[in-house]
Amino acid sequence: MKYVSEYRDPELARSLIDRILATASRPRVLMEVCGGQTHTIVRQGLQELLRGAVDMIHGPGCPVCVTPLEQIDRALHLAARPDVIFTSFGDMLRVPGSDGDLLQVRARGGEVRVVYSPLDALEIARAQPDREVVFFAVGFETTAPANAMAVWRARELGVSNFSVLVSHVTVPPAIRAILDAPDNRVEAFLAAGHVCTVMGWKEYEPLVEEYGVPIVVTGFESVDILEGIYMAIRQLEEGRAEVENQYVRSVRRAGNEPAQELVSKVFVPVDRKWRGIGEIPQSGLGLREEFAAFDAEKRFQLESIRTSEPEACMAGDVLRGRIKPFECPAFGDECTPERPLGAPMVSSEGACAAYYNYARFQQQPSAETA
Amino acid sequence: MSARSDSQARSIGKGISRIASAGLTCPVPAGAVDCVLLGHGSGGKLSAALLAERFLPRFGNDVLAQLGDAAIVEVPGDRMAVSTDSFVVSPLEFPGGNIGHLAVHGTVNDLAMMGAEPLYLSAGFILEEGLPFDVLDRVLDSMAEAASEAGVIVITGDTKVVERGKADGMFINTTGIGSLDSTFRPGPDRARAGDAVIVSGPIGAHGVAIMAARDDLGFEVEVRSDTACLAPLVRSLREVCGESVHVLRDPTRGGVASALNEIAASSGVGVRLDEGSLPFPDPVRAVCEILGLDPLYVANEGILVAIVEEDAADDAVTALRSHAEGSSAVRVGTITEDRPGFVVLTTGLGVSRIVDMLPGDQLPRIC
Repeated sequence: MKYVSEYRDPELARSLIDRILATASRPRVLMEVCGGQTHTIVRQGLQELLRGAVDMIHGPGCPVCVTPLEQIDRALHLAARPDVIFTSFGDMLRVPGSDGDLLQVRARGGEVRVVYSPLDALEIARAQPDREVVFFAVGFETTAPANAMAVWRARELGVSNFSVLVSHVTVPPAIRAILDAPDNRVEAFLAAGHVCTVMGWKEYEPLVEEYGVPIVVTGFESVDILEGIYMAIRQLEEGRAEVENQYVRSVRRAGNEPAQELVSKVFVPVDRKWRGIGEIPQSGLGLREEFAAFDAEKRFQLESIRTSEPEACMAGDVLRGRIKPFECPAFGDECTPERPLGAPMVSSEGACAAYYNYARFQQQPSAETA
Repeated sequence: MSARSDSQARSIGKGISRIASAGLTCPVPAGAVDCVLLGHGSGGKLSAALLAERFLPRFGNDVLAQLGDAAIVEVPGDRMAVSTDSFVVSPLEFPGGNIGHLAVHGTVNDLAMMGAEPLYLSAGFILEEGLPFDVLDRVLDSMAEAASEAGVIVITGDTKVVERGKADGMFINTTGIGSLDSTFRPGPDRARAGDAVIVSGPIGAHGVAIMAARDDLGFEVEVRSDTACLAPLVRSLREVCGESVHVLRDPTRGGVASALNEIAASSGVGVRLDEGSLPFPDPVRAVCEILGLDPLYVANEGILVAIVEEDAADDAVTALRSHAEGSSAVRVGTITEDRPGFVVLTTGLGVSRIVDMLPGDQLPRIC
């Protein structure tokens, strides 16, 4: 398939693997920020092929995984209201809250609909003016422009029965939090290509300068990721720390300026809790005061719903790269994709689910290789 | 109530004008309408008319014509295969077929996968009040055509009508009866290490056609459901490979991945798939890429998975390819002793990964 298969070409991938293995003078610790990249790495078994040269730590870049429990509980509360049509991206439906998930709310009679764009949710609101339509606005900078557009359009069209439950997060503060952790092992980052398609990479330049850590803007297919890793390893070996762009077919330094402008008209940076990690200052986006009418938290007085995370789940340590998913005592026993304790086991992009689904054998010696 | 009466009146008017414009000369019964009414399930005159006008002419055969409380039939041999399945697909009609095709093919194929020769079908219909007769007619036409092609007859049936909102247009249940050949007994627990894994055609077409037909996606893709009767393919496999055919499965809900996981579990073996050999049509790949779905878990209605002895693998592929539905049959893997109960896929880079059962429906990813 054009524009995809070229970037999965096994020959090209193998030659990049050879170059990485030949270049790394010692095992290097890299973090891919984005869950989409984690998915490819684990699904394609790249980790196995780079053993001894690169230790990939899977960062907190899955929006499903880092949406705080509290916000899930608020979503469950809203979705159960008879006057509400609750709309969401598909993979939020199975994320466990304190008491069940959105699929269970739907089974009990709540109206929960999967949409592919927040603008579809706005259309539902226009078509059903007697119902309150709420969209679960989660995600990184990638989904922020479309969500901003939905709110902007709602105001423009005077749609008064549409609101958004916002749980937006942003990448640079998370990278900073990881680098500031006293036990940080990460030597270089693969930045998320689609976040940078929107935001460009200017905001990573101060991080590179301040922490002396290479950051490579990277795509999502196996060849993209291997090339991103190779570029990061070369920087480390050559003692450089720069922002480099592997994902040239999509990203430029300034990013998508009209999208950024729209995001900053609708949203403003706020402190945000990350599931398993806790609050990171200025790491989220919230609606500006002038759009308060579209803020589901205010409209439905949700601020009083406060919850804390289950103790057995070590999602925070996984998301910070302190442990591999299978090092969590709950992994595969208490916590499986069927009964997830923590969010990284829910989304196929979550590090725990990716390991569970694709790579359980990496912890067990195989009869073939033993 | 008045709103409903108005719409009924409009429907009646439309129905009459439609019949009139078709130039029909036969007497139109009093109260002729163009959709199913609750009265059609009352057991009274409307029910009898529904049966006489729409069902019996299409499925007419000596057994059904008896209209007894039960059908009496003969089944050759001392054992028979029985399988039942319910069909609730939405939308009812989609590119490549409709719920009627599925209701016949689904059950007939289940019989064929156990090595049975399909003979008879029962058909139960739950119709929603307001279902347009032209939709019902098209579905029944498709069922009659599919049954005739599959060589089965409908020997007993039932219709019920439920209030508007209590069914999604219509639901169909079919039960099939088939005769068994004593020497041809494929079963899910018979896969053995060293056997070849073969699929009879492109993977994922039905599920993607259904997804594309649901209007909320707004996709325009040229994918048609693969819904087809697999009995002729099984007949050829029986003739050419006989007892070397160990397992047959039609990978419907849950797709090829789930079918193979069930076989791995039942037979206590491992399944090794070669990623490069899996036949995913480009439009299926494209839709799955966009939605973040894995085509291995997407439903199929017209392909089978055959697990046959290594020595018979080439003959099996050739036998399947002699049919239009099997023209792109291909070997995709091997049964292994290693990792019993697991399906493992070798990627293009030569690394293995697990292809597990899904915890529930596949959910589209955020980004």
